[in-house]
Amino acid sequence: MAHESRIDYRANANAILRDTPGVREAVTRATTHFDANREQAYGEIDEVALRDWAAGLRRHVLANLDRYLSQAEENLTAHGVEVHWADDADEALAVLETLVRRHEVRRVVKGKSMLSEEIGTNAALARQGVEVFETDLGEYIIQLAGEHPSHIIAPAIHRSVEDIAEQFEAQLGTARDADPDALAAAARERLREAFLSADMGITGANFVVADTGTVALVENEGNIRISTSIPRVHVAFVGIEKVVPRLADLGSLLPLISRAATGQRLGNYVSLISGPRRADEPDGPEAVHVVFVDNGRSALLGDLEQGEALACIRCGACLNTCPVFRQTGGHPYQWAYSGPIGAVLAPALLGLERAWMLPQASTLCGACEDVCPVRIPLPRMLVTWRQRAADAGLGFTGETMAIKAYRWVATHPGLFHRTMRMLGGPLGHALGGAPVLTEWTRFRVLPPADNAERDKK
Amino acid sequence: MRRQSLSAALRVALFPSCMAEGFYPRAVEDARWLLRAAGAEVTTPTAATCCGQPAYSTGHHADARAMMRQCLDAFDGADYVVLPSGSCASMLRCFAPGLMAGSDAAPAADALATRSYELAQFLDDVVGWHPPSDSLAGRRLVVHHGCHALRELRAAGAAENLLRAAGAELLSWPAQHECCGFGGAFAVKMPEVSAAMADRKLDTLPAAELLVSADPGCLLQLAGRAAATGRSLPVRHLASVLREAADGA
Repeated sequence: MAHESRIDYRANANAILRDTPGVREAVTRATTHFDANREQAYGEIDEVALRDWAAGLRRHVLANLDRYLSQAEENLTAHGVEVHWADDADEALAVLETLVRRHEVRRVVKGKSMLSEEIGTNAALARQGVEVFETDLGEYIIQLAGEHPSHIIAPAIHRSVEDIAEQFEAQLGTARDADPDALAAAARERLREAFLSADMGITGANFVVADTGTVALVENEGNIRISTSIPRVHVAFVGIEKVVPRLADLGSLLPLISRAATGQRLGNYVSLISGPRRADEPDGPEAVHVVFVDNGRSALLGDLEQGEALACIRCGACLNTCPVFRQTGGHPYQWAYSGPIGAVLAPALLGLERAWMLPQASTLCGACEDVCPVRIPLPRMLVTWRQRAADAGLGFTGETMAIKAYRWVATHPGLFHRTMRMLGGPLGHALGGAPVLTEWTRFRVLPPADNAERDKK
Repeated sequence: MRRQSLSAALRVALFPSCMAEGFYPRAVEDARWLLRAAGAEVTTPTAATCCGQPAYSTGHHADARAMMRQCLDAFDGADYVVLPSGSCASMLRCFAPGLMAGSDAAPAADALATRSYELAQFLDDVVGWHPPSDSLAGRRLVVHHGCHALRELRAAGAAENLLRAAGAELLSWPAQHECCGFGGAFAVKMPEVSAAMADRKLDTLPAAELLVSADPGCLLQLAGRAAATGRSLPVRHLASVLREAADGA
């Protein structure tokens, strides 16, 4: 994982725009819908007060992370949850491997979890010969298709219903023109058997509550509820930043995450898990494991300019509102977390050398910061990554030279003003091939200067 | 012609912005005309070239600081600096203080930030100049707000106030608040994605006689992409529309 090659967002995005134009259409439609729902849902509440509170709470947690994590561990352990700590993806997967062996697991059902995507859980289980079923419908669709999620909360956002009907016809034998209900019914049929026969359920966690030792999960489909209650063993992979101080905090945080994500007042199911089945309880898993995963987060926490990214509550609102994300969906980011938050987290967690291009994939329009429920200043952080990339000599070929040249012209006012006036004139058009303009004019026609236009009248 | 003003006249430095100088020189002239009509004494310091935003947003901060220093010197004597570009105005107002923080130019950058305005905000909020009512009556316009004008400066209201004061009808546009894909160097570094973003704006555009914006970069992007895809899209800078309203020019 550590030595993978550079993420070439630009080439990936171009390929998607060229080869699968339906992706742009599907993603734009779905994200516009989510974004409008979010706006309406924010409008129903005192959005400013709630977001300010949530932003403050998340910063407070980050500033006192050690304390809340130890408190969470203590309370989880007291309920009979086994707590594990993993410094990186390899350690997290090693814990999983041990648990699979200890509990003699042959089949796993999973609730949607971006952290398990981040660390590559499915491939690791497959290597151990364990059968894995994603049980979120969107996640199941892309698992069957051999793809990765294209969005933090809507993994199959890049696919149209027609696409999926075609896929399910081939893989599950549904009718060619099956509607979403029929497609969901076909998936449900398949997954029901998996739910009943799985030995282990794997989930992430929206939050872990320190003062009660509770794992909190919010969802719409009920698959997480089943994955955490039917199999003998439940394993939750949790990023160390996901802790919150008090159970009471969930009363405001969970509705906020739902409003920001999909515009719902609250997701359909909230699961609060405080340990394995007690002696007097009829159901629930025999064993619950929480694996706290660092995987670069401690280092990010110490980064004064970027550490706030850990306040993220993974609602996906910044993806939904991002005009760049809307053109391509999440696949060109080649990582679990896409969109603006992905572009800020990637250089920290994957390394700047590999991920420097992701922070360039933004016009800095500011829409992401405008909607972020915990007020992460994403545009400023993108600029800071660009600055670090430039300082490290990373970036697009010719950029540094172009900026130096522009600076030189700008510090010679006479030359600067003559050059600018020339650009919009006939000579500038004749020079359509000047270095900076070539890329631009491949896709646009340089308009004439506005005085020329008016003089014609 | 310079208006003979008493000492009470506001000394306004007009900062054209490179995009406007190159592609919307008429809009720069119109902005100057509007500022004078609003009672200001207007100068255009030659040393004011670029606000440094291209260097700042690409992360070349030493270069950006050099260009910003030159601006700070150029605007030293002005009461106000006014820009017919929301993007460059936000560079002076919102980003310059952070860029220059910790340097000897920090106080000058802080001071410049508080007296720099995007044109519509200066006319609407600072001097309270409005075009004559009914001067744009019957005109069906659609407005594109540059993202920095919209989200950093919160200048969208000022531009709309001025147009509505003149009686123009502003059509609603589903993608009005979305970025046009220009983003300065972004348009050059990721031209395909940038063009797709412009298409999204153009695909949802209502049938207006004119697209108006106070941002030269956005106008260039939208007009340029419209021309490349065979759309007929008349665009005009806000300053030119306002002058037309006030002067019949």
